[in-house]
Order: sequence, then structure tokens, then C-alpha cells
Amino acid sequence: MAEQPVPQSPLASLADALAATGADGVTLAACPARARLNLRLDPEDGGALEAAGAALGGTLPLAPNTATAAADGWSILWLGPNEWLVCGPADDGAARAGALEAALAGTHHAVTDVGAMYTTLTLAGANARTVLMKGCRLDLHPRAFAPGACAQTALARAQVILHQIGAEPVYELTVRNSFAHYLASWLLDAMAEYRPA
Amino acid sequence: MLWIDCPWCGPRPETEYRYGGEAHIARPDPAATDDAGWADYLFMRTNTKGVHAERWMHRDGCRRWFNVLRHTVSNEVLAVYPMGTPRPETPRLPGDGAEGA
Ligand SMILES: [Zn+2]
Repeated sequence: MAEQPVPQSPLASLADALAATGADGVTLAACPARARLNLRLDPEDGGALEAAGAALGGTLPLAPNTATAAADGWSILWLGPNEWLVCGPADDGAARAGALEAALAGTHHAVTDVGAMYTTLTLAGANARTVLMKGCRLDLHPRAFAPGACAQTALARAQVILHQIGAEPVYELTVRNSFAHYLASWLLDAMAEYRPA
Repeated sequence: MLWIDCPWCGPRPETEYRYGGEAHIARPDPAATDDAGWADYLFMRTNTKGVHAERWMHRDGCRRWFNVLRHTVSNEVLAVYPMGTPRPETPRLPGDGAEGA
């Protein structure tokens, strides 16, 4: 009988290096697996926006580059004028996708499970913003990018979805699996100067 | 480095975008076009020195296409407007070529 494949994080080989961060005012950590749904709908389509919000126990953000919190640990990130990324606990993904499909029946929409495509990293601490600024051209000053802000941009030339979830600051970086090891390695190198001698 | 206003995401650096060449080039009906007309559609561009209408796509962001009016000498971005809408009027600038009206 064939062995069952065991899902492994692309960051598994960096586990020790990640665990050693934190003494230097900036911590890099791999997030546990999570559910991610790409949601497309027309906000002008009467009721679709509200129906999707109700199914998620939240509100779909319409302001560019923002995210909102929904019920049960889910969050909704603005990706475009008719596109959102809906993130939540890994074991809840299929149920949420079903609830969205049911709520949006009859409207022009798409709910796509993209959970297996991405890895999420958390970068936190007093030096986190300075580390990001080494490879990201966005204005990350608190007056321009604060908790609740999210952006699809490039970090060290890798496409990332950057989401600030705390004022410390704490950032979540959602990156394609194939870029995750590269990006984490780049971040570890960028953090090296803050490491106590 | 150019800074271009994505109509959706706001100002982002040039490196987040993909350039899409000249805008407003309509594809002729292949059945009703001779070789010269088809070659003109495929290869001939205005090569403007002045205000140029061109397509950009926000590759690292929302992945949407839009049009930009850019001055090819100063690199100044004069207008950003949706695909499928006519080229907006722009004031004639010093150094504009014939396309700059
Ligand atoms: Zn954009």
C-alpha cells in the first residue's frame, strides 16, 4: 500500500534558524497551515457583497489596501476592486467555501480554494519595519501603513501579500510556497544586523 | 524610477508593473486586411517623442491593466485611465511632438 504523503512546510528546513530569532527586536516565524479562499464577485451586483459578508460573519473591505476581521478568527483582505483573500483556520476552509457558495448562488462569482498555494510568515518586533524596508518600496510609516492595512506588493522581488496585524508592528507575509524558502532566507539575512553580538 | 498611480492600489513603483506597449491599437479583421495592413497592425508604432498613450499592468499588485499617458522625454505620468476609454486630452507641453496634442 502506498504511503500517505505528509504535507510539509517549505520552511521546515529553516525551523532552527526561525526559532533562534527574537533576541534582536525582530522575530520571524512560520504560521501554521491555514485556509485561504480567493473570492471574486461584482460589488455592484445587488446583494452579493452583503451576502458574502454575512456568510463570513464580517464585511468585505471596499477601501483599497485594507483588511477586515470576520467571525471565528477569519480575516478578509482586499486584493482588487472585485477580489478578496479570505483567510482562516485550516480545518474550517471547506465549510466556509460551502457557505460562500450557498450565499452567492445565482450571482456572478468565484470562490477558489488557494490554501495549498501559499505559506504565511509573521515578522514582528520593533525592528520589523526596518527589515521590511530593505526590500519593499511601499511607504510603511505608521501614518501610511497601520494595523489593518494590506497590500499586494514585492518584497525582495518576490510577490507577497503584506498584512499588518499589530502595532508592535506585526506583519503577516503571504507568499507562494515556491518563494517561501527564498523569502525567509532573505529575511533572516536582513535581520542579521540586529542580532546581539 | 517611475511612480505610477494604479487606479486601484494607488502609487506604486515602476518595478511592480509590466509594460504593455502602445495603447489604442485596434486589431483589424484578419479576413478583410491585406498583408501590409496586418504588418502595420503588428509592427508599426508611433515611437512618440512627447506624450505617449501606453498600457501598463500592475503585476505585483492587483494584476489589472490600465492606460497611462506618459511623456517619453520627461517620464512624467500625465494621466491614468481605464482600458477601453478614449485617450484624455492633455495640455501641449514644451518638447511635445505631433502626438502631444
Ligand atoms: Zn493595482
